[in-house]
Amino acid sequence: MLEQMSVPALVDALVDYEGVPDTVDDNIGVPGFLGTTTRGAFLPNERITDARQRVLFRMVHTQRPLQEKMALFWHNHFATGFSKIAGQIGPDGASRALGARPSEDANGLRGQYELFREYALGNFRDLLVQVSQDPAMVAWLDGDTNLKANPQENYARELMELFTMGVEFYTESDVAEGARVFTGWNLANNRVGDTRYATFLYRPDEHDTGSKTFSFPIYPDGGKTIPARSAAGGMQDGLDFIDAVAAHPETGPRLARKLYAFFVSEFASPPEALVQQLAGVYYATGYDMRSVVRTLLNSAEFQDPAHYFTRYSWPVEFVVRLMKSVGWTGYSAAAAIAPLANMGQILFEPPDVSGWRLGTSWFSTGTLLARMNFASSLAANQQFSLGAAATPQAGTPQALVAYMVDRLESAVYDSQVEADLLDYASAGGLWTGSPTQVRAKAAGLAHLIGGSSEYQFV
Amino acid sequence: MQFTRREFMRGGVAAFSVGFAAPAFLSELAQAQSATGRSLVVLYLSGGNDALSTLVPYTDPAYYSRRPALAVPAGSVLQVGSDPSGRALGLHPNLIGVKSIFDAGRLAIVQRTGYEDASRSHFKGTDILATADPQAAQGPGWLGRYLDTLPSPVDPLLAWNTANLLPHALQASSVGVPSIPNPTAYAFSSPNTGVEAEYSVAAAMAISSHLPVQQPQLSFVNSTAQAALATLDRVGAVAAYVPTVAYPDTGLGRALQAVAGALATQVGTNIFWVQTGGYDTHASQGTVDGGYADLLATLDGGLSAFYTDLSNQALLNQTMVLQFSEFGRRVSENGSGGCAHGAGGLMMALGGGVQGGLYGTAATLDDTPDNPTLENNGRDVKHETDFRGVYARVIDDWLGADSVSILGGDFRNPTVDFV
Repeated sequence: MLEQMSVPALVDALVDYEGVPDTVDDNIGVPGFLGTTTRGAFLPNERITDARQRVLFRMVHTQRPLQEKMALFWHNHFATGFSKIAGQIGPDGASRALGARPSEDANGLRGQYELFREYALGNFRDLLVQVSQDPAMVAWLDGDTNLKANPQENYARELMELFTMGVEFYTESDVAEGARVFTGWNLANNRVGDTRYATFLYRPDEHDTGSKTFSFPIYPDGGKTIPARSAAGGMQDGLDFIDAVAAHPETGPRLARKLYAFFVSEFASPPEALVQQLAGVYYATGYDMRSVVRTLLNSAEFQDPAHYFTRYSWPVEFVVRLMKSVGWTGYSAAAAIAPLANMGQILFEPPDVSGWRLGTSWFSTGTLLARMNFASSLAANQQFSLGAAATPQAGTPQALVAYMVDRLESAVYDSQVEADLLDYASAGGLWTGSPTQVRAKAAGLAHLIGGSSEYQFV
Repeated sequence: MQFTRREFMRGGVAAFSVGFAAPAFLSELAQAQSATGRSLVVLYLSGGNDALSTLVPYTDPAYYSRRPALAVPAGSVLQVGSDPSGRALGLHPNLIGVKSIFDAGRLAIVQRTGYEDASRSHFKGTDILATADPQAAQGPGWLGRYLDTLPSPVDPLLAWNTANLLPHALQASSVGVPSIPNPTAYAFSSPNTGVEAEYSVAAAMAISSHLPVQQPQLSFVNSTAQAALATLDRVGAVAAYVPTVAYPDTGLGRALQAVAGALATQVGTNIFWVQTGGYDTHASQGTVDGGYADLLATLDGGLSAFYTDLSNQALLNQTMVLQFSEFGRRVSENGSGGCAHGAGGLMMALGGGVQGGLYGTAATLDDTPDNPTLENNGRDVKHETDFRGVYARVIDDWLGADSVSILGGDFRNPTVDFV
């Protein structure tokens, strides 16, 4: 069906996903879908390894692909790590804070990843407010220790440097003032029975009520000073400040560049006109990411075939794409977790708050071997279904190569690589097309294609 | 980072196309390129190490008044004498093994290292340390630039990153550096066995041999694949290494064991990157009996095992460990039992060729506006020794290269004469 749609209609179908029910989780554990493996019950709301599997499952089976894609984008943009939070609020509390789905949590908690799904194409200013009050983020960047007598700079700095305007556009004084703004944005640690969980709590007694002055405008009239406020009303400081960093003239262009690299290409910087166009939509719509992404996907740059396969795939994308094309029958998302670590991407465990190092940084000898080896183990696991599907198509080695290249939808191979694949398919002598031969060669080709450099681009 | 990648691409393909093309020839090449016989192991403490808790100014009253909860008691420091200014100093009590290396005269500690207008950003700070360029902080790293000066083709194992992600310091224009966090996982598997598996290896080598000049990004990944396939045997030898001492079962211990294995089996690597994290102690720092104390116990355990292992095999004289972090931390503790990002830090050099001792002078920590050893209104330690002077010493006098061209300026500093 999708093939027959016009481009704008296809973009709308991707972007306006609310019409598609969010039922992907209903198929977890159902035969005929990618499996999950855990000790005892599958508990993605309270066990981080299960939460990781759920993310992979959703990416394989979702009917709302752009929502899951943007959730991953925000997970990298607001990179938050499990281990540190687990040290503060326990592994169960940290798992809930990152992964809990409110409809499935006894206390209605919304984990950070569900926040990113909910606001996948939502309003960026509102997302900033939610992130600033997100218990995982508050714990991660030490907001719970941001006290009026001793302001904690961690969150204010990263809000400006990484989440909005960028490192060149704030001063050390802004960091100190920003820390004071967020004094009192704290956590309550709750316990119901054996269940531990953190919730956001504004603590007026710990809010610094004095005025705060910045190097950039906070208010539409150009005013740079957040006025002194009562402790009870002091939470407004943070909301004013979030309004300001969302409205900052560098935030829109920075998001535009990051989205361009994510959706279009990492091979060259985006045209400045497109950056300005996207930033213009960002400001004109009051920070509506749905409008920004729709504009990007409708752009000539996104649709230019020269930009196909010009981004280095993230390990999670590589793994999901390979499972979708090679197969998952009888396979478990758990089998991808350790390989993903060897490829350099552990979900909910980014290297630091700046997220994963993208682009060429994904590729070193060790991480590339990990990708090749994942392709090998998945191909070995799927060899029977691959062989069965390929046998009718495998009258000749050429036909089998064509079938497998088509099935895996790699970037276009040049003739030399096609010749190498054919040499492999033909190696060993007479082509019989027997199920045994096709099974071995189909698995071998899935491994070689999935491990090829062309396949590492999306 | 965009800039870095593009520069990398532009210069990279031609060099890669010869660099990784001839595996059989490469082992000899590696031997020749490490003919100086000297190895540099960079040990990076990520997060911003609290230098004042590593080397404690235990006779400075302001240290105790500004660190009421986090100070190391004077009675428990491991005293290492006085620095050139007469300030008595002591190592953190968990650095027992490091102290014995100091006592053997094989540990140099350079105090108050940094640069003007120090960045308090982890990312900018790391980029500045990596590029040795406080202004732009972009482009290839300082170790990458060193690798770029070596005659091409450069052996793919000449440098070895033991972390998962290639650090900016090792990004080069024309040399690819492998990341091998776990030598035992560094292998090529196949879905089939026997002769089919051999066909797979041959096919993977053939597919990755194409390096189209008009597709530099594809060529980069193919070059990486070639380097992987060309180094499997040698890394396998390192994986089989049996050390002479038991290394601690920590990430750092495993990484240093791999480094010792590479040195002992003579695979030809002479630049290693080792990284250990957790030093961003904003809260609950636990200098004496908490998180920070554990960090230094981990550090001490790894370094002690490494030093002893190398010493047992007479490899110490050809090895130097250079340790640093992106910045020091604020002098006064915060309300969270931790310390915010600061400025001046410390660097350490350790090895058989190191003239041990205390280099540079400690800050005086009293919180007065005109205190010349502090900056940022008395909040942070001001640097005394430009970190590039330490790099220059290592480049010129240890690696035998030219620091002026590699660092883009003359940062040689006669006072840091630890080599």
